[in-house]
Amino acid sequence: MSDLKVQIKNLYKIFGKNPKSMVKHVEGGMSKPDLLKNHGHVIGLNNINLDIPAKGIQVIMGLSGSGKSTLIRHINRLIEPTAGEMIVDGQDVLTMSPDALRDFRRYKASMVFQKFALLPHRTVLKNVLYGLEIQGIAEDEAVKRGQKWLERVGLKGFEDHYPAQLSGGMQQRVGLARALATDADILLMDEAFSALDPLIRTDMQNILLELQEELHKTIIFITHDLDEALRIGDNIAILRDGAMVQTGSAQDIVLNPADEYVTDFIQDINRARVLELNSIMGKKPAKATALKLDKSMVIDVAMQALSNAKAKSATVMDGKKVVGSVTMDSMVQAIARPDGEVKGIDSYR
Amino acid sequence: MAEDSLIDWSKLTWIEPPVMGRTDLRDLKKGIDSGFRDFIRENGEWIENIFEPLKWILIKFEHAMVGMPWPLFLVIVAGLSYLGSRSWKLSLGAVLSFVLIGWLDMWEATMATVAMVSVSTLLCIALGIPLGVWMSRSDRVQSFIVPILDIMQTIPSFVYLIPVVMLLGIGKAPALIAVMIYAIPPIVRLTNLGIRLVDKETLEAADAFGANKKERLFGVQIPLALPNIFAGVNQTIMMALAMVVIAAMIGAGGLGTPVLRAVNNQYLALGVFNGMAIVAIAIIFDRVSQAYGKRLQKHREGGHGV
Repeated sequence: MSDLKVQIKNLYKIFGKNPKSMVKHVEGGMSKPDLLKNHGHVIGLNNINLDIPAKGIQVIMGLSGSGKSTLIRHINRLIEPTAGEMIVDGQDVLTMSPDALRDFRRYKASMVFQKFALLPHRTVLKNVLYGLEIQGIAEDEAVKRGQKWLERVGLKGFEDHYPAQLSGGMQQRVGLARALATDADILLMDEAFSALDPLIRTDMQNILLELQEELHKTIIFITHDLDEALRIGDNIAILRDGAMVQTGSAQDIVLNPADEYVTDFIQDINRARVLELNSIMGKKPAKATALKLDKSMVIDVAMQALSNAKAKSATVMDGKKVVGSVTMDSMVQAIARPDGEVKGIDSYR
Repeated sequence: MAEDSLIDWSKLTWIEPPVMGRTDLRDLKKGIDSGFRDFIRENGEWIENIFEPLKWILIKFEHAMVGMPWPLFLVIVAGLSYLGSRSWKLSLGAVLSFVLIGWLDMWEATMATVAMVSVSTLLCIALGIPLGVWMSRSDRVQSFIVPILDIMQTIPSFVYLIPVVMLLGIGKAPALIAVMIYAIPPIVRLTNLGIRLVDKETLEAADAFGANKKERLFGVQIPLALPNIFAGVNQTIMMALAMVVIAAMIGAGGLGTPVLRAVNNQYLALGVFNGMAIVAIAIIFDRVSQAYGKRLQKHREGGHGV
């Protein structure tokens, strides 16, 4: 988990006629509205620094217009930066020659798109083979690999259908299979599940998590949906107006939101499903209780366990070691929203 | 004059319209005419030689068609229409039309016209698609070529017949060029349009997987633009057929020649028969190429837009 795969350093993207000359204004701290008003340029990304470890899922989230889709397109340089570095496996993608960049895209990083971006004139199987064809892999070998990946995403039997004949969820499975088939270690997912309805989205998240269990790719996942971010992200980075507001694990972000923007963001999430006992437990109990729970258990499961056992408190374990304790009360406190709850009760009186 | 109009404009004598002097104008026209004549005198020969192969192809093609036994031609017509449209009705209609054309003794003229239209369409495709691709890649090229296409489509055909005839005389090659000038714009325009309309996300996906320019063009852009390109081919065929009579004036031969004769001598039946033969060919070409174009889009069926 600890190897660095992707390092984004001082990355700027400014849109306008003469973006390079604007970098110094932005570095000097000029805000987005000011730059637009005084110089007619728009900040896309403002001094992004992010270290992405290998073999994990890094979520980048933000509302629309926050620059997240722009950022992910810098990783494989579908968008040219204004300034900065994008180091992948020790190499700066942003200074690569066109040939090197093409190889990078062919072998190192593959992408899944929000609107699927399948090739409508090719069958499902041929879509999955697209990356392999471009890599120049012999056809029978490619077909074998393509079929394997179609099976993995649950689309066996649909090889000869055209994308237009499939539902949105199935089309995105094709998109996922197409990206996985190239065997790239980096998977860029640009709001990959945002266009799907909630049930299918959960389904796709499960497929992704299952595949990740065994594939250990470095996945960079863009989303505007915090629940999705918290569910699948090992690490989460929050963008606002092109600047990085906070980075950290799901627990960090829910427990210690960096500013009001993030606080607003986490307002409505189901904290009981996100927070783990590990991050809310009290000190080690004097005497271990009968009920023992693992530290990575989320609160809603733990509450259920306490309720089923009719226990008031439980001991939190890290493997065989006692590390802390929780009570029903402490859990209720932990899932209370940071503000608003008490106010809400007041207003009903 | 003054009594007719409400206002007596004639008092405004100070407003003289700017007109080039009569002698100046004559000199200008003369200059252009003699300039072009000199140009032809010096360059006519090699320009004519360039078009020699064109003439050769056309004549060979026409001879092959005229010389072909008629049943073989009918089999080919039936086969091609079926391949294009997958419709027995259409193929049968095409065969019957040609039988009727033969029965009314228009076989040779029809073969000459079909040869002319086929060769000019093939040449228009061969030139027009690359030109359209080039245009789609650069806005500057587009802004340069579009006005030229506008001129080609709107200028009265007789106007460009003059320099073409001055250069190449009367015969098959100049007729072919006249037809192509008129027929090539749609294929160029629709190729350009089709490629420009290809979904940006799909192209981005091709880029993200490391496709190079060639792979983008042949793997994504052209296949996705194909329905539009095919609409262009269809239009080009129709325009080429529309030029048959005018081209006959400069020696194209074919069905246009009897039509011209009919106009000059007021032969109603001759004009109508040959005119209807042109219509029949047009309908066959149109229906077959449209049905083929539609089949190219089969993958779009299914209700879920991509």
